[in-house]
Amino acid sequence: MTAGLSVRAGSTPPARGKRKLPALAWVGAIAAVLLVLSAVRVFAGATDLTSSGTVQAALTAAVPLAMAALAGMWAERAGVINIGLEGMMVLGTFGAGFAGYQWGPWAGVVFGLLLGAIGGLLHAVATVTFGVDHIISGVAINLLAPGLALFLSKLYFSDAPGGGQKQSPRIDDAQKITIPGLSDVLGAVEDKRWFFVSDVAGMLRGLVTQVSLLTVLAALLIAGSVWLLWHTPFGLRLRSCGEAPVAAESLGVNVYKYKYLAVTASGAFAGLGGAFLAVSSGQFRDGQTSGRGFIGLAAMIFGNWRPGGLAAGASLFGYTDAMALRGSAAVHALLLLLGIALVVVAVLQLRSGHHVLSSVAGFLGVLFGFWYFSSDAVPAELVGAAPYVVTLLVLGLASQRLRPPKFIGAPYLRGQGK
Amino acid sequence: MRRFAPRAVLLGLAAPVGALVFAVLVCAVVLAATGHSLFDTIDAMVTAAQRPRTFVNSLNSATQYYLAAIAVAIGFRMKLFNIGVDGQYRLAAMLSAALAGATWMEGLPSVLRITMTIVAAMLVGAAWAGVAALLKVTRGISEVISTIMLNAIATYLVSYLLNPARLAEERPGSNNIGTRPITEGGQVGGIPVSGSSSDLFGLVFLAAAVGFAYWFVLSRTRFGFELKATGLSESAAVASGISVKKMVLLSMLLSGAVAGLVGLPQLLGSSHEYSLDFPPGIGFIGIAVALLGRNHPIGMALAAVLWGLLDNSANALDLAGVPREIVGIMQGVIVLSVVIAYELVRRYRVRTEQREVGKALGSTRDPAADGPKDDNREEASA
Repeated sequence: MTAGLSVRAGSTPPARGKRKLPALAWVGAIAAVLLVLSAVRVFAGATDLTSSGTVQAALTAAVPLAMAALAGMWAERAGVINIGLEGMMVLGTFGAGFAGYQWGPWAGVVFGLLLGAIGGLLHAVATVTFGVDHIISGVAINLLAPGLALFLSKLYFSDAPGGGQKQSPRIDDAQKITIPGLSDVLGAVEDKRWFFVSDVAGMLRGLVTQVSLLTVLAALLIAGSVWLLWHTPFGLRLRSCGEAPVAAESLGVNVYKYKYLAVTASGAFAGLGGAFLAVSSGQFRDGQTSGRGFIGLAAMIFGNWRPGGLAAGASLFGYTDAMALRGSAAVHALLLLLGIALVVVAVLQLRSGHHVLSSVAGFLGVLFGFWYFSSDAVPAELVGAAPYVVTLLVLGLASQRLRPPKFIGAPYLRGQGK
Repeated sequence: MRRFAPRAVLLGLAAPVGALVFAVLVCAVVLAATGHSLFDTIDAMVTAAQRPRTFVNSLNSATQYYLAAIAVAIGFRMKLFNIGVDGQYRLAAMLSAALAGATWMEGLPSVLRITMTIVAAMLVGAAWAGVAALLKVTRGISEVISTIMLNAIATYLVSYLLNPARLAEERPGSNNIGTRPITEGGQVGGIPVSGSSSDLFGLVFLAAAVGFAYWFVLSRTRFGFELKATGLSESAAVASGISVKKMVLLSMLLSGAVAGLVGLPQLLGSSHEYSLDFPPGIGFIGIAVALLGRNHPIGMALAAVLWGLLDNSANALDLAGVPREIVGIMQGVIVLSVVIAYELVRRYRVRTEQREVGKALGSTRDPAADGPKDDNREEASA
């Protein structure tokens, strides 16, 4: 079988090269985002929008998503689509539950990673060695993994103290660190409620207070992936397998080996994401991942198959997740933020000459703005849909800026280029 | 063509049977490793499957799995992955349940009511799939990604609508909420089976009709030909004047419409309302069944019945002291090994074909190979 049907939209190819923004522009853009956030915070009276508590919760929610996204990126950069992330995460949560309650959280993390890697290896065997369609293999893993996890959980947790048929006994949380002086100073500034200054202080405080070591590990892994994939010969070879495997083969790269490595690593990252989820919530539960593997996939696409981007995507989705937990005023303010973001997209698209897209984005932006002003609250049930809606909007309205690896999803046989 | 040659049939059967055997072996290993008896497990399942009630329930489940599989297969024949069947059927079942249960519907004649419910479900399913189709046709977005997103959005949308303030009402005495129950005139009666306390869904005939229509459209109409041609070779289809975008849009809408039907046998046949405990995940089972049945109308029917039997006989396992999730493991292994087996069989076929072609070409190219010598050489190489 070959990869899915490709329909070429009539969009112009992205103009590459000329859009290299200088570092100063990035700082400016971040400052602008923060300014808008503070303005909305003051305007809507939603303190939770920028409070340190929200940022802490967002960080905790974002870490499993970022790991799933990183997992997706590793596989897809080597040309293998990994829909099975969700299943591999489930394996990770079970592994963490199994080892975590017996030998501590870090053993849980290691076990989650190992079980995830086994899931990845399975995907690699099916897709690389046997050339099975990537989507199908992923769906099969998503069917298999929850069954396996539930079977094992019944077996090992039913009689364990504090465990049940569908949940593990408690796992201790990983250590948390706080930067002592800085956290207090920032806290004092945050409490003043000054425009912008307090907002920035609140967000920074969230980043330096009670940060789990797991979060630190996740950040290191993302940074490590940047170095490994973009600054070493190993990374160049791995990415070449996703762009042009035949060319890579002609230069002596063992494409199968790199694909196997990438997909197994992908499973390991997904398992790690699952383990983080289980450890930070204190136990393994059946159905705990609840689609986070798919949100991770969405974060990866949002981040244009790049580590920095996927970290931003995961933070954004983690932020909406945290918002949903923290009361309706903040959630309601999100509508306004989404409206503003869409109007910005509309302006950007207009400047690059995409009139239809621009007007669609503008229309949707106005619609969200109207929704904000004509209502008092967003129904709690709809908040969870935000990451998925945002991803669809990004894909629909800004997809000419996205560039997936070229050979993604296509079957590859050794020697097919001869 | 030698399509019905015994070897071809044998090869076609080798993959699913091999996968089943392999799955049983894997389960045997898992059971042995966890200290359960394989024999007891099989015994419990077979005994359960022979009970009329389990069998009827299995057929009822199979009815829904079959519809889901056909929805998936319509896309598969065109290399479109409608992962979104799951969201499409849940949204369609919920909205059509709200329509069928509405008070103003009660005055209408039964046939009209049921027809309206079915049409509404198909329209909702098609509309939800249509979003993905539109995104693919206009913006080139992979339907895999967009339908995954739409599945999740459907989940939240259904939970939003299934609220006493909106389309649902509370059930006193339990914390379940559901749409207003469908009264007698809007229901589809079941077929009683002797020895079984549950009836066979009346809409099993709808599933059969959809299966027949699927076969007829694909193999007897121009549309079906174009659909298959687009799936087999996009460039050849374009060259012969088929508009790929139009085909994507149409097949996705059709797939969504069939997906909309998935929840109806249960809705109109037994539960009569869409509530929190409406079965989720049938869309993904549909993918598994379509793969196992190779998109063939009869193959998928057999696979759906197998899946239903596995699901419904699993209940008996808990009594035998075996975790029933072993069935989930078995199903997952079946799907994974069946796709691998099909790929291996395909490779084997290609290799034998190449060998035969090579042999044929070799004998014409070689001038000395005329006459009886040729036979000898073929024997030597065979």
